Amino acid sequence: MDGNVNRIAGTTDASRQAAGGSFLTTVVMAVTPTPSMFAPVSTPAFAIREVSFLVLAITMFIFIVVAGLTLYAIIRFRRRPGDDGREPPQVYGSTQIELAWTVVPFLIVIVLFLTTTRYIFAIEGRSVTRDALQVTIVGNQWWWEIRYPGLGIVTANELHVPVSDPADPRPTFITLQSADVIHSFWIPQLAGKTDVIPGKTNRMWIDPSTPGTYVGQCAEFCGVQHAGMLLTVTVHPKEEFALWVAAQQAAAPDLSEVRAGRDVFTSVACINCHTVRGTPANGVFGPDLTHLMSRATLGAGVAPNTRENLRAWVNDPASLKPGALMPAMKVSGSELDQLVAYLVTLR
Amino acid sequence: MSVLIPPIATPAPATVPPGGLARLHEWVITVDHKRLGVMYVLTGLAFFVIAGLEAGVIRWQLAVAGNTVVSPQVFNRLFTVHGTTMVFMVGIPIVFGFANYLVPLMIGARDLAFPRLNAFGFWVFLFGGLLLYFSFLGGDGLYGAGSAPDVGWFAYAPLTGRAFSPGNSTDYWNLSILVMGFGTVATSINLIATTLAMRCRGMSLERMPLYVWMMLVVSGMTVLALPPLSAAQIMLLLDRFLGAHFFDTQAGGSAVMWQHFFWFFGHPEVYILMVPGFAMVSEIIPVFSRKVIFGYPMVVAASLAIGFLSMTVWAHHMFAVGMGAPLNSAFAASTMLIAIPTGIKIFNWVATMYGGRIRFATPMLFACAFLFQFLCAGLTGIILSVVPFNWQLTDSYFVVAHFHFVLVGSLIFTIFSAIYYWFPKVTGRLLSERLGRWHFWLFVIGFNLTFLPMHWAGMLGMPRRIYTYPADRGWDLWNLVATLGVPFQAAAVLIFLINVAISLRRGERAGDDPWDAWTLEWATASPPPPYNFETAPVVASRRPLWDLKHPDDPDGPHE
Repeated sequence: MDGNVNRIAGTTDASRQAAGGSFLTTVVMAVTPTPSMFAPVSTPAFAIREVSFLVLAITMFIFIVVAGLTLYAIIRFRRRPGDDGREPPQVYGSTQIELAWTVVPFLIVIVLFLTTTRYIFAIEGRSVTRDALQVTIVGNQWWWEIRYPGLGIVTANELHVPVSDPADPRPTFITLQSADVIHSFWIPQLAGKTDVIPGKTNRMWIDPSTPGTYVGQCAEFCGVQHAGMLLTVTVHPKEEFALWVAAQQAAAPDLSEVRAGRDVFTSVACINCHTVRGTPANGVFGPDLTHLMSRATLGAGVAPNTRENLRAWVNDPASLKPGALMPAMKVSGSELDQLVAYLVTLR
Repeated sequence: MSVLIPPIATPAPATVPPGGLARLHEWVITVDHKRLGVMYVLTGLAFFVIAGLEAGVIRWQLAVAGNTVVSPQVFNRLFTVHGTTMVFMVGIPIVFGFANYLVPLMIGARDLAFPRLNAFGFWVFLFGGLLLYFSFLGGDGLYGAGSAPDVGWFAYAPLTGRAFSPGNSTDYWNLSILVMGFGTVATSINLIATTLAMRCRGMSLERMPLYVWMMLVVSGMTVLALPPLSAAQIMLLLDRFLGAHFFDTQAGGSAVMWQHFFWFFGHPEVYILMVPGFAMVSEIIPVFSRKVIFGYPMVVAASLAIGFLSMTVWAHHMFAVGMGAPLNSAFAASTMLIAIPTGIKIFNWVATMYGGRIRFATPMLFACAFLFQFLCAGLTGIILSVVPFNWQLTDSYFVVAHFHFVLVGSLIFTIFSAIYYWFPKVTGRLLSERLGRWHFWLFVIGFNLTFLPMHWAGMLGMPRRIYTYPADRGWDLWNLVATLGVPFQAAAVLIFLINVAISLRRGERAGDDPWDAWTLEWATASPPPPYNFETAPVVASRRPLWDLKHPDDPDGPHE
């Protein structure tokens, strides 16, 4: 199965290098994302591809037979020039033939149904194991909050998980909740969709076998910026994941040279919505900014997380993501510079 | 034994040609099923053109990655209004408009059972539709945000709650569909009563034309499926205006409950729209193949089976909701089962063509394209019923491709087929065959260019309802091709409208029975007089006009 994975997911070598090089900077930019369900790297996605090949083969066969018959009837029994105008023999029906084309589809349906059920229970029936990583993802208009309850980490939009070697499985179990409307969590290469529904807790699991970065996005219409609610999953080798966890658990740096920017941050409305651990900022409506610069993108994937984009975002998020719920901050030019200088230290 | 066909009655020409206003007045006050049927179809076609223009802008925006033809808000309004229009203001009025016109004629009746209820149904539909479009002007409403509705045509809670949808735009969606629903239920009751109580002498249930049978099934489905939607919409009204919490998840309401209500209507709705298409081609394919329908009892039984099963499949729209493995399996089973009667129908149509002498007039061209495109639609339906596969495909462009193969590739194709077929009966003139062929080929090419690539886009991970997409995902080519299909389809529809305009005045005179057909509507004049038949017809078989034309070999003994 592992060889299969590498052959299909052609991007994995590049992504492994990128991830190995500097995992705290932008991994997502280094790879060409292929959100194709036919390039799986995790058991649920493999299972789905397996069943999909069977179904596609059966339906393709039916198509060829029925379309072929139809085409034959159309061509063979077209009225030709010189037709004498007499009516063809009237055939009112045939019990045997009609019985045949009822029973055969019924048998096909039975095969399909049994296969489907087997795969449903195999994927949905897996229970949490002791060595599993537990993550809670909360859908928000229009970004993802990602919590690691066991590790004390809160981040956004970019899920990081360890690789799950078949010999040493480390699956990730994801609890899905919504803060507002319905969203849907979908990374085609890892698993099918699971809806993220307010008032209902859903669970799903992945066990990616190849390091790399995989892309997906919200799959249930959730308002103005449904299209701007992207997400990535970065799969790290074990040691690298441990490093990532340690870096995320660290407190935010507090550098004296950006003290002015920090003061701006804590004195304007930023702290109503955002948290920076170790500061008075403990708002919960927006993404946690403690390690803002460890993320590759801004606004749930709408722009690379560069200093210029960050400045534009703070000044007016709608310039990058029209409809985003964060208001334009309306701070003066010099204050904006100080603010951005502070934010870029949050590594 | 034989059929009593009344002499053809031509309506006496009015002594004074009525002026425009007088003629308009006649149409406004009419309770005649034929005029109401024509008004339904014309209104539906007008909305079809509008919804097509909306779709054109949607495709323009998606032609390339990162396009900025329209803002995200406008894009969301466009796909919401496009979907709502196509389902409730194009599909429903056209299929019920045809039924209005044809059912009384086919069963040898004078009119529908409740003519004034029929007129009520039409006007409620028309003003309901106009209400939706008025939202572009009035959607700002009391709390000041919005324009046209932007919550998607199935309007999932809690996005429709006041917290997430301020202004009145969602209320326009809600009220418009609510009132149109009343009209549709009224028309369905009317059709059921007419079919059961007003058939002419000799027309037992087992001699009814398949069209009438299937519209009876459709009407039954409508009466069962629409009221739950109306109920849910009233709950939504209570939520939005009186602070109820049916779907308000912040106060313990259930978002999933809306989905159950909506799809309990929404899936039968697919068959409410598609079975009339089956009904139309079940009349058209035999006539152009010159053969009696193969296995009439089986086709009727399959229609009834579809009617019953369609009530049991709704949650296949919700496989990703987290219903659990047992429920997911149950709805997979019912969904796969409904493929059987649907498949049976395709086999029956092909068997009808087999051994025939097929005339490829425009109605038959559209019916043949329907066979292939509906086969695709049915097979992608089976693909979607395989739950694990569905977890990848649902809410992706694969689903968009699938239901456009159903509602455009199948339903709209059968509607065009039916328009070319029954236009001479309604107007007394044939549509141009030459323009009809242009219409057909451009539409087939355009339709497939637009909707085939969407299957791949979906399998490559493109979700539906996104106003733009990053350039690096591998979706660019498929989206560009899809957009390139639009001008073909637009040209086809334009040619169709020109064809109608020209043929209305200068089309070849049709006579009573231009297709050499077999059902009762072809026994009366074209257009039929207000009273339909001069004397009540009497039938002795399923094909009364066949009996008349072949007195040596009538159908009766074979049935």
